[in-house]
Amino acid sequence: MAYTADLLELIKKVEKTRPIRVARKKAGEEFRALTLDERKVRLEKYHPDYRAGALRELKIGPSKGYSVSQEIADQFEARSRIDPDKIDLNEVHYETDVLVIGGGGAGTAAALVAEQAGAKVIIATKLRHGDANTMMAEGGIQAATKSWKDSPYYHYLDVMGGGHFENDPLLVKTMVTEAPKTIGWLESLGCMFNKWPDGKMFTLHGAGTCRKRMHYAGDMTGAEIMRTLRDEARNRIKNIGVLEFSPAVELLLDEKGFCSGAVLYNLETEEYFLVKSKAVVMATGGSGRLHMRNFMTTNHYGATGDGLVMGYRMGIGVRFLHATQYHPTGAVFPEQAEGLLITEKVRGAGANLVNIDGEQFVFEREPRDIESASIIRECEKVGKGVPVPGQKDKYGVWLDSPMIDLLEGTGTVEREFPAKFILFKRYGIDISKLPMLIYPTLHYQNGGLEYQSDGSTNIPGFFVAGEVGGGVHGANRLMGNSLLDITVFGRLAGESAGKFVNQRSDIGKLSVEHVRQYHKEMESAGIVTERVSPMVLPDYANPEVKKRQWTTTYVGSLR
Amino acid sequence: MSPVAQQFTEQNDTLNEASVRTDLIPIFIMGKKYDVPSTLTIQKAFEYAGYQLIRGCGCRGGICGACATVYRLPGSAKISVGLACQTVVQPNMYLTMIPFFPANRAVYNLDELEPDAQTILKYYPELAKCMGCNTCTKSCPMEIPVMEYISAALRGDIEQAAEISMSCVMCGICAARCPAELGQYNIGIMCRRITGKHIKPKAKHVGEMIERVNSGRYEEPLNKLVKSDIETLRKLYVERQMEPHTAPEEWTPDKKDYL
Repeated sequence: MAYTADLLELIKKVEKTRPIRVARKKAGEEFRALTLDERKVRLEKYHPDYRAGALRELKIGPSKGYSVSQEIADQFEARSRIDPDKIDLNEVHYETDVLVIGGGGAGTAAALVAEQAGAKVIIATKLRHGDANTMMAEGGIQAATKSWKDSPYYHYLDVMGGGHFENDPLLVKTMVTEAPKTIGWLESLGCMFNKWPDGKMFTLHGAGTCRKRMHYAGDMTGAEIMRTLRDEARNRIKNIGVLEFSPAVELLLDEKGFCSGAVLYNLETEEYFLVKSKAVVMATGGSGRLHMRNFMTTNHYGATGDGLVMGYRMGIGVRFLHATQYHPTGAVFPEQAEGLLITEKVRGAGANLVNIDGEQFVFEREPRDIESASIIRECEKVGKGVPVPGQKDKYGVWLDSPMIDLLEGTGTVEREFPAKFILFKRYGIDISKLPMLIYPTLHYQNGGLEYQSDGSTNIPGFFVAGEVGGGVHGANRLMGNSLLDITVFGRLAGESAGKFVNQRSDIGKLSVEHVRQYHKEMESAGIVTERVSPMVLPDYANPEVKKRQWTTTYVGSLR
Repeated sequence: MSPVAQQFTEQNDTLNEASVRTDLIPIFIMGKKYDVPSTLTIQKAFEYAGYQLIRGCGCRGGICGACATVYRLPGSAKISVGLACQTVVQPNMYLTMIPFFPANRAVYNLDELEPDAQTILKYYPELAKCMGCNTCTKSCPMEIPVMEYISAALRGDIEQAAEISMSCVMCGICAARCPAELGQYNIGIMCRRITGKHIKPKAKHVGEMIERVNSGRYEEPLNKLVKSDIETLRKLYVERQMEPHTAPEEWTPDKKDYL
């Protein structure tokens, strides 16, 4: 659906101010960035996490008393899918060295490195191998690789500043020093990063970076990394088995308290079955499909926070989970693109954000939380949002992509953002000539399970990698650091799991006592609920139809 | 929708069945009729009809290739293709998703591959059976000229095959439609990985930086940062020099202490 006549009329106001804005940019003049103090006020007043009722204190578990979003608290304060009294722990269906839960970038990187260390690996994944947020990451991957202007030192400062200096310093140090190695590893696997003819990689700014250090592969960097890692895993089929459509729903311990596998659920036959392993890498990713505060999301269909729930039940605490990342630029028009991510690289390449009058109201490279809060402010407080056609009380602002062609030369938008260019072309919108209408969209789980720099946790044999873990990004992740996070910590968790397997002699008697205890704790806390978790899949079925679906054996959702 | 309406499996040219909602249109999911809002994508139409998708649903954003869909419109024999999450429903479209296709995939060791046509033919001998019918190109929902990259691979122009196939989402429709039984998307990724690994020059600066990191030169400064209090960090953060947006690649900062 192309832009309506009303929108085209409004776009003229953007076009009117564009030449001046482009000229300013060319002269090196930027819109004034907020000071650290101004940032704080902006967040407290306008960021969704700070709204009354957004968070709720956890009544049970290792992080009891800590407040997280209502939607995540609901998942934590729910019963397991398994009945500890009924499950037969003697019937083991698969045995392996390392069980990787999650078939995204972190899980696959972990599997490859664990295999390299000599381990037999099983990847259990909810949907297909590679169905993950990694696949959807567009902009790029940060790493200080250009020693004449950058180093891990500056990368460290940027990461800390983006996370409001609350990040776990050791995790950050690990991430920024491992970053160049990870880029080298990906290159050696055949990832096609954008390069000059001499092999030097293109790098760009992201919001909150002081040096251009974001490496990319068009606007499908995550897809390029994911399909490369997946392809390599498929080449190692002898040692890396993949169980698709088989999400884990509960972890297994042995009598010594070592993590020893998981209960999986075959989504197609609705059977539960056991995998016994000497080590487990949890890499289930984030939780955008819980739709915090009913926000639209950029996340993958399977992003329902399963790993958080399983880890938490087993006794792993959580941190920074109160902070949800709203990506500033999600499409709000046309309707079928709603929630779709418009990569931050568009702003990195110079596109301004402007209001209904074509006025700039924020520096386009503020960290994501500040940028989102500023857009919400412009629409709710200032009242200069652009009404979204056909939707009551819904507003957006313009992301002025045509500036990029004016700054960098005609054809740049099409060349640098091929996926988005084609997508919008299909809707009859040429984004090299017309701006995009955007609004913040639920994007990333900043926090998660507690883990150390080598991926280990306080449960022996249990390792964490990627978005399911928390600490490295503090309360706000910067662009290009999620692909980095998953590859760096995926590799480290895989390496640690591989080593752990070699040291572990055997697996004792399997146990789900932790689940029994968790249920007891729920009862003592007075939590009476029919909820079970993990959720596995979100439920988007038509409520009218659902009324007529009398049985409850349907997967994923609760009736 | 009424049970009676569901019994109609015949494709009609006209909108029938007056509904409560005026914006509903009939579509036929695997031959079975459902009335759905006209603005929905095929994916959301499935859900509106009452499906909980397991297969055939992934990123919901047009990049993962889980929801390959083929459909036909009334009065035409033409089979059209699209991704269910990206394609808006049309009245009386007859559709099915193809959530999986068992295309051939070779197992190989990337390190040992030579970047030439023989390599591709060795692992995918069926490549030589391509009869140039162009059905693959016509059936690509990403509008990739699939046959062009297959021809490039056959010629041994692996780099070109890699570049043309770059935006492939590996949905598998090309393979499903190919009379020569090629698994184009698997050939495509092999070409891209060979290109990334063996054809494009290596990025020297990455190797240099890895050496600097391994030499331990950043350990001391980083450990100092790790131990710094927030006030010190804030100060260093605010004072860090920004590389200008329009700066050339060779730009260097004034202070080079921590490079």
